[in-house]
Amino acid sequence: MIILTDEPLDPVEVTDSVRRDGNGAVVTFLGTTRDNFGGKEVTRLEYEAYDVMAVKKLNEVRDNLRADYGIEDIAIAHRTGRVDVGHISLVVAVASPHRVQAFEACHEAVNRIKTIVPIWKKEWFADGSRWVACEDHEFADEVEHEHAHAGRHAVAAGD
Amino acid sequence: MRFDVRLFALYRERAGASIVTVDLPEGASAGDLTAAVRADYPRLAPPEVRIVVAVNAEYADDDQLLRPGDEVCLIPPVSGGRR
Repeated sequence: MIILTDEPLDPVEVTDSVRRDGNGAVVTFLGTTRDNFGGKEVTRLEYEAYDVMAVKKLNEVRDNLRADYGIEDIAIAHRTGRVDVGHISLVVAVASPHRVQAFEACHEAVNRIKTIVPIWKKEWFADGSRWVACEDHEFADEVEHEHAHAGRHAVAAGD
Repeated sequence: MRFDVRLFALYRERAGASIVTVDLPEGASAGDLTAAVRADYPRLAPPEVRIVVAVNAEYADDDQLLRPGDEVCLIPPVSGGRR
């Protein structure tokens, strides 16, 4: 199961899609909208995707994980559009005969998704917004007057 | 060759357009395409930053040659997220 949708995600549906009697372990990761970034309150996230390529790359992530970990049952669902605080933007479910492959493959799936799938995340604050991961695209001559703006130069405190 | 270049996210907002059109000579590469778009939209990205191109929904190197009818998109850094 690979899903890209602007509708709310159902983690149970995604998880059930990988459950089989031959599997003894199921790991499901949920990515949810956190209410803060760098000490500032985040009011919502917005995801934008290059749909055709995103679906292609999500399939590629799944296929490569199958080959790399020797397991079949992997499902990924990603949401686009506005995702409010506490809501789910990403579901990755992996099932395997034993737990170690499921944990490792699920973790690696999330890393790969965030590296190669063309889906962009915008954080909205009370006083502005910023595209995540685009810090290297800031212009030096903007830094001065944007310092007080939107937290674009804030340093993440970490998860 | 004329290309309707799709822009997403940061690039879309900075250009103020989802699609920008560029004309390139035969034999032009993906790198030539980004150079042409940057000439029209110098505030798309700082000069020292490479702009990634997707050709027909696949990441392309700057030296990949373009053919008429290719679907071309500029790809800002993807969502990332801290581990």
